[in-house]
Amino acid sequence: MEKRRANEIQIFKKRKLVFTAAAAAVILLFWTASFVTQYDTLLGLSSFPRAFAWIIKSMVPNAKAIERLPNILKKLAETALLSVAVTVCSAICAFFFALLGSKTTKANPLLARVVRIVAAFFRNVPDVVWAMLLMFSFGQNVLTGFFAMFLTTFGLLTRTFIETIDEVSNDCVEALDAAGANYMQTVFQGILPSSIAEVITWVLFMIETNIRSSTLIGILTGTGIGYLFDLYYKRLDYPSASLVVLSIVVLVILLEIISGGIRKVIL
Amino acid sequence: MNESAAAPKSALSFEVQRQVRKSLTGRIKTGAVSRSGMAVKVTVMVLLALSLLAFFTFDYKDIDFADAVRGTLTNAATLFAEPRLKYSTATAVLYQLFVTFCLGILSTILGAVIAFFGALLCARNISDPRVSAVVKSVVAFVRAVPTILWVLIFAVTAGLGSVAAVSGLTFHSAGYLIKAYAESIEEMDYGTIEALKASGAGFWQIVFQAVLPSSISYMLAWTFMRFEINFTNAIAMGAAAGAGGIGYNLFMAGYFYFDLHEMGYLTYVIVLAVILLETAATKIKAKVK
Repeated sequence: MEKRRANEIQIFKKRKLVFTAAAAAVILLFWTASFVTQYDTLLGLSSFPRAFAWIIKSMVPNAKAIERLPNILKKLAETALLSVAVTVCSAICAFFFALLGSKTTKANPLLARVVRIVAAFFRNVPDVVWAMLLMFSFGQNVLTGFFAMFLTTFGLLTRTFIETIDEVSNDCVEALDAAGANYMQTVFQGILPSSIAEVITWVLFMIETNIRSSTLIGILTGTGIGYLFDLYYKRLDYPSASLVVLSIVVLVILLEIISGGIRKVIL
Repeated sequence: MNESAAAPKSALSFEVQRQVRKSLTGRIKTGAVSRSGMAVKVTVMVLLALSLLAFFTFDYKDIDFADAVRGTLTNAATLFAEPRLKYSTATAVLYQLFVTFCLGILSTILGAVIAFFGALLCARNISDPRVSAVVKSVVAFVRAVPTILWVLIFAVTAGLGSVAAVSGLTFHSAGYLIKAYAESIEEMDYGTIEALKASGAGFWQIVFQAVLPSSISYMLAWTFMRFEINFTNAIAMGAAAGAGGIGYNLFMAGYFYFDLHEMGYLTYVIVLAVILLETAATKIKAKVK
């Protein structure tokens, strides 16, 4: 009895020790990082209330901003359609690419390796780099954003789809093989139907992500809703800029609700 | 005899005919009709239709597509095949990478601390339902605004620089992590909380003795994932909001010097760093679980 009790105390002591060590490590990390980046913690923390006070005071849409609403909505629709088109195109490409990279459906091992490396490359090169590179030749064009987002989305979805296909195809590929199905039949009758729900979930998620990243790319390349925000922001027309922010919020939340509903039905 | 047998048979076949689905060419369709199957079909159709609509309504500004593609490919070849530094040294680049890394660390730690307390208010099993609903909608709003816009909004009051970048990144991370943490708290067994409540434990005792131990591994996994996102976001913030770090070098190389060689070098450094980070995160996650 005594021994067990001592043991329990040991466990609590150990937990406390681990907790303290972790907290100390985090504080040390924080301190080092703020030294390197010249980040003033007090200034940083006090920036929150100041920013809120400023938002409440200046970032309220006024009559002039409402006048700009049609233009904002037009750009917003363009951005939304762009995100959908980018995601759908890259999902279609990524699915077929993932077939070559998956363990169960690969054509040959070397090709599968190449596919994985290519996907990792496209995924990890920042979209900022793609945007700048495309900007040199495409200029301020909707296609700049399209291809920049296409490449990163393609890389990310290829990796995800490879995992999805690996997961779902274990049983059905074997069964279809045994029944004498050829490669195409296996893909379209077995793998596609059993992974489509997962694929759609990811596509919906990526559409949402791409709306956000198209804002960033828009600021960098002067296109879409990001450009409009940047324009109002640099003109110090904060009421109009805030209307842009609000319209993005409404779009993203709407999308979240729709994709949540779809996910509930299909999964 | 024949006639009397024919009548019910045709009635039956009529019934069967009504049930059987045929394709346009008259082949009988097999496979079950389900709500989820219909939903999948409708979703795919709508997405494809929207994409087509997008391609028809884009303003292409009469761009010479083939020419632009050719130019991009030539530039990409220069960028990736001949990485070279001209305006910066290798050590300076590595230091800037470290700065970006630190921006990611700062915003992840701050975001995680805020998110921990936010999640306690947000998780339905330990918080008041009304408070939880309010926090959830606030968090949904915060998450819906792109990170770059938060950074630019903070920059108005704090000035462009690390403070605005960290505040903006923190804000978005907190929004993301509150949702993730709250979900992992909501997954825990309610019996534990009930037992502690029954034996007279206070709110913080429940939090530190039951909630934290049972969900810490999920929380850590989410935090590491967020750190990876914050690192790449910090690069973008450096490029688009002058937040410093390697992103700013990238911005200067791309927009001021038009130096593809330097951009290529920086890109390789970033890609290597991200891959290393990914590997480390996978290893840590495996250990924590």
